[in-house]
Amino acid sequence: MPARLSSSPQPIRMLIVDDSNIVRRRIERSQQIPDLQVVGSAADGREALEMFRATDPDVVTMDITMPHMDGIECVEKLVQMKPEVLILVISALADKATAVEAMEKGANGFLHKPFSDRQLNEALEELLRGARAP
Amino acid sequence: MIDERDIRTFVNGTTRYFEVAAQQPASLGSPYLATQGFPELHEFTGAITVSGRRHGVVYFTAPRGMLTVLLMRMNESNVSHENLCDLVGEVANTISGNARRDFGDQFAISVPIVSVGDAARVPPPPDCLPVVIPINWRSHAARLVVCLK
Repeated sequence: MPARLSSSPQPIRMLIVDDSNIVRRRIERSQQIPDLQVVGSAADGREALEMFRATDPDVVTMDITMPHMDGIECVEKLVQMKPEVLILVISALADKATAVEAMEKGANGFLHKPFSDRQLNEALEELLRGARAP
Repeated sequence: MIDERDIRTFVNGTTRYFEVAAQQPASLGSPYLATQGFPELHEFTGAITVSGRRHGVVYFTAPRGMLTVLLMRMNESNVSHENLCDLVGEVANTISGNARRDFGDQFAISVPIVSVGDAARVPPPPDCLPVVIPINWRSHAARLVVCLK
């Protein structure tokens, strides 16, 4: 578990990865988790790797269908860099095989697009609850 | 050629998009085959190319007014040209991606390719009769055009 997800008062740092600017802005605007701080956003997998190194987030929301490097490959690389990172995949790809593949690569949760604000916050809460569980 | 069940998949995906993203359901007209040539496009069009077990293109085409209101319903205050292009692509991407619930992971989709004006940047595959799903939302009309083989 990342140190910042323990009971310490430090903010939980989140990186948002999606090739849609409006989806990135929507996630940032709609998330209402106390202590969750958006530290960066990226529009594709390559940019996500750079932002990840620069911002050291605890939590990442990850799209799958993106140019240059897709989300599945990016999840795998992020987990290699920081095994304790929590990754919520947010994708329109609604088949089970994609969700299973993302989880096998190291994602911790999956939220389908389109999503409501409530669904986003529930998914983030569940992600963090899982990380805090003993 | 797509069948009735395939069309139902796209109808359901479109319905879900407006219910969840816009929190206001759309009214969908009866789908029809565009036998008189490729259907007219609105000002903004998002195209998703499909490969794998099926191949072709899925287009979501909508007027500026609909996309502007849709952005506002999503609490997005920036209704710039760039964001309208972004949204039309994202709608096409979401509806196409959701179709994998029924078609499976062999229904591979591209990133959105957006065009502005009456000509799509991505041509439909030859010998493919487009299926048009009319979408009415608030006072606006849009279309989902599905060309799959």
